[in-house]
Amino acid sequence: MLPHLDAAYNLARWLAGNDPDAQDVAQEACLRAFKFFGSFRGENARAWLLAIVRNTFYDWLQKNRPPEISGEFGDEPAAVEDASANPETVILRLADVEAIRVAIGELPVEFREIVILREMEGFSYKEIAELAEVPIGTVMSRLARARKLLQKRLAAAFKPGDPR
Amino acid sequence: MNCEHAKPLIGPSADGELDASAVLDLEKHFHGCPACALEWRNARGLKKALKQSSLFFAAPKELRRRVKADLHLPSETRFQRHFPNWNWLAPASVGAAIACLAMLMTAAFTRPAAQPRLAQDIVSSHVRSLMANHMLDVVSADQHTVKPWFNGKLDFSPPVRNLAGQEFPLIGGRLDYLGGRSVAALVFQRHKHVINLFIWPAKEKDSKPASIARIQGYNLVGWSDAEMTFWAVSDLNESELTEFVQDYATAAPPK
Repeated sequence: MLPHLDAAYNLARWLAGNDPDAQDVAQEACLRAFKFFGSFRGENARAWLLAIVRNTFYDWLQKNRPPEISGEFGDEPAAVEDASANPETVILRLADVEAIRVAIGELPVEFREIVILREMEGFSYKEIAELAEVPIGTVMSRLARARKLLQKRLAAAFKPGDPR
Repeated sequence: MNCEHAKPLIGPSADGELDASAVLDLEKHFHGCPACALEWRNARGLKKALKQSSLFFAAPKELRRRVKADLHLPSETRFQRHFPNWNWLAPASVGAAIACLAMLMTAAFTRPAAQPRLAQDIVSSHVRSLMANHMLDVVSADQHTVKPWFNGKLDFSPPVRNLAGQEFPLIGGRLDYLGGRSVAALVFQRHKHVINLFIWPAKEKDSKPASIARIQGYNLVGWSDAEMTFWAVSDLNESELTEFVQDYATAAPPK
């Protein structure tokens, strides 16, 4: 079977937010990949497939959903400074998978995809820039903001005084 | 280095995207700055948390089944499935259908080397072997392991030769299905390029010279000797694939 199907589905699942839509997106992406296999000229088949998943998702999004509103977080660099004020609480409670899942899910989609590609797929900044068709600087700034948002949300998710 | 310089580097450093000298500077700064050191630990902790396998969604079986069904539906099958519809369309379409049928029949009567459909099937099989995780049923560079593996799986014994000396190492083999019969597929490598070599018993008992085709960017070389028909397919350029074929055809058969 497809060696990168798990990666394709994982990205689709995080982007689409639910299983049926993610399956549709991943399946359509695999079909496209198969159809255009002749155009594959790289060495990284996984990055190539995930770029197709991403494009398929955005095509699907246009057809099926109003665009996700992301401007809300676009200009909010200073408001999350307190995330580092009490970092221990964040670190020590990171084992709570459900809270992390919710926090990632609440990220704006263009931040979310960069986090998935970096942390779960382990792509370099350069690979992500090529895959997502944005400059490296944008990858870095989105990643930095996504992390601050995650830390802020995770810190907020735990009441002070929770057992460690 | 002060905090203003250090802070933007913490993320990239945790990602392993900083050069060594910047990492050293940053570490020096951490020694004198507990706040940044804490932020660094925080960044590492977050990264670790996000890597947890329980956050990763594995593809459901249902999706695997759907994709597998898609990939194993070659264009010919689709064509045949839609073919009957053409009969009751406009007369022009019927004419087109007859023309297609004529082409298919012509193809059927020409020798294997000229069959576009077989060549297309070979390319499809090659592509599937690269995409799907079924390239190798037996993983070995040893011809004396690969050849016996086919015993009992095929009604012939394919000639397996290792061309490691000529820089085309054998990496294994698998069973495949082409032109209505089970065939042997041997897999060779040239740097990062994969070569699939399909082998089945020749219909006619006289050898045929190599014929070369190019489909969807892949090169194919087919030939027959007194016993077997061979098709090699790869994204290698034509001259290197021809070199492989010459090496294979002239290599000493295994004892």
